[in-house]
Amino acid sequence: MRPVLYILSFLAVLASAFWAYRENYATQAQLKHVAALQDEIATLRESIALQRAEWAYLNRPDRLRDLATINFDRLGLLPMEPAQFGYTNQVAYPPPPELRITGTVDTMGSLDPNVIASTDPQEQTP
Amino acid sequence: MIRTPLRPLARILDARQKGENPDVIEKENLAIRHEAMRDRDRTRAERRLFVLGFAFFMAFTVIGARMGTLAASEPTEPRASVGGSQITSQRADILDRHGRILATNMLTHSLYAQPNDMVDPVHAATELAAIFPELDPKALERRFTDGRSFLWVRKVLSPEQMQRVHEIGDPGLYFGPREMRLYPNGTLAAHVLGGAAFDAEGVDSAEVIGTAGLEKELDARLRDPAQSSTPLTLSIDLTLQANVEEVLAAGMRMMSAKGAAAILMDVHSGEILSLASLPSFDPNDRPANPTEGEPSDSPLFNRAVQGVYELGSTFKIFAVAQAMELGLVNSETLVDTNAPMRWGKYRIAEWDNHNYGPTLSVTDIIAKSSNVGSAHIGLMIGGERQRAFLGSLGLLSAPQVELVEAANAKALVPSNWSDIVTITASYGHGISSSPLNLAAAYATIANGGTKVTPTLLHSETHEKGPRVLSEEVALASVAMMRRVVTEGTATLANVPGYAVAGKTGTAEKPRKGGGYDSDKVINTFASVFPANDPKYVLIVTLDEPVETSGPKPRRTAGWTAVPVAAEIIRRIGPLMGMRPQVETARLDGVTATSAPQVTE
Repeated sequence: MRPVLYILSFLAVLASAFWAYRENYATQAQLKHVAALQDEIATLRESIALQRAEWAYLNRPDRLRDLATINFDRLGLLPMEPAQFGYTNQVAYPPPPELRITGTVDTMGSLDPNVIASTDPQEQTP
Repeated sequence: MIRTPLRPLARILDARQKGENPDVIEKENLAIRHEAMRDRDRTRAERRLFVLGFAFFMAFTVIGARMGTLAASEPTEPRASVGGSQITSQRADILDRHGRILATNMLTHSLYAQPNDMVDPVHAATELAAIFPELDPKALERRFTDGRSFLWVRKVLSPEQMQRVHEIGDPGLYFGPREMRLYPNGTLAAHVLGGAAFDAEGVDSAEVIGTAGLEKELDARLRDPAQSSTPLTLSIDLTLQANVEEVLAAGMRMMSAKGAAAILMDVHSGEILSLASLPSFDPNDRPANPTEGEPSDSPLFNRAVQGVYELGSTFKIFAVAQAMELGLVNSETLVDTNAPMRWGKYRIAEWDNHNYGPTLSVTDIIAKSSNVGSAHIGLMIGGERQRAFLGSLGLLSAPQVELVEAANAKALVPSNWSDIVTITASYGHGISSSPLNLAAAYATIANGGTKVTPTLLHSETHEKGPRVLSEEVALASVAMMRRVVTEGTATLANVPGYAVAGKTGTAEKPRKGGGYDSDKVINTFASVFPANDPKYVLIVTLDEPVETSGPKPRRTAGWTAVPVAAEIIRRIGPLMGMRPQVETARLDGVTATSAPQVTE
């Protein structure tokens, strides 16, 4: 009985050593992955900051004012005036939507031939 | 285990035969057994002690070794931790009240050289000088070859410049990362922000410190690593600031003024929505402090805060408000205004030697800006009380605001508050104060009489200051200032729909040698709007303006600062979402149209 116990415990040691070896390398791989991700996050944060700065620079009031002046023909933008305040009831409702034509429209009618004859203007002239 | 008997039969029998005591044998054997037991126990205890000692020794060795390695190794970030790993810049951003960026950081690179590693210093020097025109190729070459091992070439590079330096291909040129302060709006709000510069520089990084304005005053907050990811939100509104600066610059050009300043303040919270001072500068490229000439002529000079001027007739409302508070007068009391007035050797005259006398009501003293009338009211109040009141409005001390320059802008107050000081102070002469102090004092009147402390930081909640004036007096004072605009010296400020109230002030500049210059004036218009429910205070100050559309040049505030302020209000009113109000006719006259229209 005893030798079997020895062999079993030896195998257990071998197995746990193998497991520990694998875990060690898996952990290192994960750490490397995390480090790479954090590097990426840092780079992205940096570019977000840069783009926010760029956005603020492109939206600086001086530039927008110049752009509004240059594109006056197309946009017609002027400084806001006190007279431009209105009430909501001064705003027109949008025009009612035109009726939508969904199916095919029958332009031919099948009326009674007598009715057609009686409304024919040439028949009625004499 | 073999048990040795304590009383071995053979020896006992033997002893009995000899007549000896067999108990002796038992005792002897017992002693031997005890000795053996003792020896066995001792070795066992020794072994246990040894094992225990070994265990402790190993434990302490492990702890000691770990401490040693921790102490000796470079600290590293805990990489395995999840989340919370904020990689942020070293200096917090500054935003306006709506979250638009006023100052941020940008990663650039600095350029340094290690001449020992250089292949061709002469070629590198000429190429560098071609990229950066401000570098002298000869001087650079000399510095590359005089045997030094390290030198800075440029503090910051643009990415394009960096690429071109790369293309020189010299191994002795190195780049170090630099976080640089960027003000994307250029000159906008330059005097508020101030500027920043590199302090301690290393190859891998450099410290950015504030050099002026808010950046210097709140340097500790902006550099605090715990708060570096929380931006600092100012009370400044970028849109309003841009409009105020634009209109003010146009006004300054039209009135040929040397400088101009404007402050827009919320009367309830004291938050400054816009603070402009012209001429301005670009904080990205802050000019060096002036070493010659008048410091107040430098663009770095913040006229709105540092400019300590005699603010002229804008002070009259303080004298009148205090007299009403003390119950000495009411708005209809008649006061002696017979000009000129004599006080000892001094002669107090009206503007342009007018005479509004013999008497005027208190309201008309404000509307027509009578010096003599204010002087009489000042004398009624008395110097001691006047000084205390002006002090409680904060006019006699340096302005309190989050700008490093504010502490040095101490008001100029005569040490001996004699009667003539009381007289001149009642119409804003003889004491000098900053326009920011004036804005805070007007805000105090406009909000119903509680003291206002100006601030540049946006906050949702505000504590009310101590009460300085009663609500009725504050209301009456605003009503008088409304009369100044409807029929007094500031009729040009009557912006339809915004019910502007205000007071003009024209002060001649003190001459170097003493006395006053009649053609160099500081014009101030302090306004409050809308008058029926004051929300904002706007101060506009022009330095040496002149209005030349008439037959002779005009230098009174009513012709210079007032139209500029009116245009500012007309422009910013809609931007602040203020709907113009339809004004109803006043009910005190017969009809509104029959009231006499008095203009300057």
